Amino acid sequence: MTAWHVVLLASIVCFGLKVLGYLVPARIIERPAPARTVDLLTVALLAALISLQTFAHGQQLQLDARLPAVLVAAILFALRVPFIVVIVAAAVVAAGLRALS
Amino acid sequence: MRSRDAEDTRAYRAALAVGLPTAAYGISFGALATVGAGLDVWQTMVLSLVMFTGGSQFALVGVLASGGLSAWPSAVASAALLGSRNAVYAIRMSPVVGRGFARRALAAHLTIDESTAVSSAQQSPRAQKIGFWVTGLVVYVGWNLTTFIGALLGDLLGDVSAYGLDAAAAAAFLGLLWPRLAKLQAQAVAVAAAFVAALLTPVLMPGLPVLVAALVALVFGATNWLGSRRPRLGEAS
Repeated sequence: MTAWHVVLLASIVCFGLKVLGYLVPARIIERPAPARTVDLLTVALLAALISLQTFAHGQQLQLDARLPAVLVAAILFALRVPFIVVIVAAAVVAAGLRALS
Repeated sequence: MRSRDAEDTRAYRAALAVGLPTAAYGISFGALATVGAGLDVWQTMVLSLVMFTGGSQFALVGVLASGGLSAWPSAVASAALLGSRNAVYAIRMSPVVGRGFARRALAAHLTIDESTAVSSAQQSPRAQKIGFWVTGLVVYVGWNLTTFIGALLGDLLGDVSAYGLDAAAAAAFLGLLWPRLAKLQAQAVAVAAAFVAALLTPVLMPGLPVLVAALVALVFGATNWLGSRRPRLGEAS
């Protein structure tokens, strides 16, 4: 697999999922359990990715400037600060702490 | 007649208010894809042009960034799992979009969080249509422009961590997650999944911890543990 194969395969799969939705009869997803599971799947995946982006260094766990940066981001999101401002703030906190240490 | 115009205007406003800021963070995606995951500018652009679903795009480059190209099965699976919610959105948007092959194919491509959310928030069928198409098109054009800028900037930046871009990636995911944490059940799933992913990282192949953490959602979803007992009818999600 080259990077191109991965990019094209994943893109086609994701587009295919969108098309699939337009082919499926509506009643399938209106049952509560599948609808709930799809919502929760998104939550679980995002939380897992945040966890790895914050703590993982290769296959090791590591506490560094990323954790305070993510905590600052959480506080700013709670205060309803716009997305792009929060991202920049998180980058600045992490870069600042690294520059100081 | 008057009230219909007012409703249309509201739909256009909502589309721009949601679409423009969303499009802006394509810059962080472009930079992460090139610098973090080592993709070139054209591969990055194909993701935004063809895949066009932010969560999946971030997931793909996130797994590739930490696990390398050998983690591709997990990278593709993570992108697909995150993209599965678009299939649900598509089912909801199907009556809004209407008939015709070309129209439905284009609609499928624009079926994402933002277009579905803005459309669902409108009252009349006409305003729902406007909300869907305008939001989808604004995000599509904007997201691809900013991805391109981010990818070019990323090439110039070099080492990501010195600029805090790795922390910015985590913050970007947090921004996607935040609006979904209103309910106790979602909060419990998020915390459990984060723990599972972190604890499995030293023992499993790169990429797999994310997929195992997804099982948390299946358990909560099937049992409705900590969920509300009331039926979901008429409830916004």
